[in-house]
Amino acid sequence: MNDPSAVSPGPLPTIPPLVALAMRPLPLLPLQLVLGGVLQRIHRRNPAIFDRLGAHARARFGIKPIDLPFAFVVEAKPPRVSVVRELTPGLDARISASLANLLALLEGRVDGDALMFSRELVIEGDVEAVLALRNTIDDAQLDLATELSSLFGPLGAPARRAFEAARGHVIGSSGQGEQSR
Amino acid sequence: MMELICPAGTPAALKSAIDAGADAIYCGFNDETNARNFPGLNFSRDELRKGIALAHDRGAKILVAINTFPRASAVDIWHRAVDDAVNAGADALILADIGLMDYTARRHPSQRLHVSVQAAAANPDAIAFYAENFGARRVVLPRVLSVPEIAEITRESACETEVFVFGGLCVMAEGRCSLSSYATGKSPNMQGVCSPPSHVTYEQTAEGTKSSLGGFTINRFGVSEPAGYPTLCKGRFSTAQGAGYIFEDPVSLDATTLLRGLRDAGVTALKIEGRQRGRAYVESVVRHFRHALAALESGSEADIASLKPFTEGQASTLGAYRKTWR
Repeated sequence: MNDPSAVSPGPLPTIPPLVALAMRPLPLLPLQLVLGGVLQRIHRRNPAIFDRLGAHARARFGIKPIDLPFAFVVEAKPPRVSVVRELTPGLDARISASLANLLALLEGRVDGDALMFSRELVIEGDVEAVLALRNTIDDAQLDLATELSSLFGPLGAPARRAFEAARGHVIGSSGQGEQSR
Repeated sequence: MMELICPAGTPAALKSAIDAGADAIYCGFNDETNARNFPGLNFSRDELRKGIALAHDRGAKILVAINTFPRASAVDIWHRAVDDAVNAGADALILADIGLMDYTARRHPSQRLHVSVQAAAANPDAIAFYAENFGARRVVLPRVLSVPEIAEITRESACETEVFVFGGLCVMAEGRCSLSSYATGKSPNMQGVCSPPSHVTYEQTAEGTKSSLGGFTINRFGVSEPAGYPTLCKGRFSTAQGAGYIFEDPVSLDATTLLRGLRDAGVTALKIEGRQRGRAYVESVVRHFRHALAALESGSEADIASLKPFTEGQASTLGAYRKTWR
């Protein structure tokens, strides 16, 4: 379970364009294997995690970080992640935001409606499926540092510290909640 | 001190609300018996039982909203919701339909009843009817009253009063609005969903985003223009006099600056709208009002952050609390 501190739904940092450009030639398969492993692990640990998707359990979601040169296609049943250069037609819904906002959404640290209001989150396609996904993820209380570090076996503890530091760098640690204390 | 009543659409949000200082959390079952019947939202029977146990363990109360109006051919669904909420140990039921109130008062006479905002009880006579006939202990007042009107109603009523202080601002006669039904064929009042997402589309164009409901264009937002919910009452209409908002702008209610007036008006409880919102909203907004209430009690100046990032259209209003119209 992650630290529930919310981050401000105001602008989070984006990946610099030069860094994104440098990432363009990178092979996608290693990332796909890591993310697929994380998703399988989350599902194994909590098989009911996608129950909230209801009738949308078989929907295919295209996730596009607007500051990265690749995108993701995510399915819940069976749990599967594909990393692609471009999202193709035929998906049930597309969700676009900066990487930082997408990560913060995954951990429930920002409010999806607030990102919609500020135009930092764009959705297209089946809005009902997107809402079901948003509510499913928000209830899941995911901690990405814990999930990713679990792949590192005996090196899990230092890996977790590294991922937590990276998370702090990408989505920050001070939050709206902390500011208002 | 006035009670802080907070929303929860999921068990995780319920826990966030408790952690942030909620006195009570309101929630509903994952079906048409409550007015936030959105996909992936709300509680199973088992989740409600566990949520009530957690809340009671932490000294908070759970209020269960069963605040839609039963369909003639399916009243059993609503009766079952009442029975299950009572058996789960709900501290109060929030009801709108007089038939359901009658059922609850007869079947579960010791169960505390609150009159939902969906009942649109906006005067002492209406409130007295609910109190005298069904033993209602509290009424959630519609968002169309000024603070002096709230004070007058509270003074004349046997019921406690609860008012909204933050979130979505419904400017219609709640429980009686058919705008969304007209556009989609689905009723907010009977099926629990205003602007059902199954009927919402967002279209991205070079000029920005076009939002539609049931094929009706609601709005067109420029690329960097703050957006609102795709509800007809907050649509931008083109008329002979130009394009603009007719019923209400896309804004959220924020009554932070009116807490003293609401306390002096005799209000018992303050309600935060937003069971459809995420944990981050619940945590931040609840904490904001917990600090504002503490500052009010101590007579100090509240040093709290703005809630603007959470507001619809990135703007807030005092709504009818400070009327400049009528």
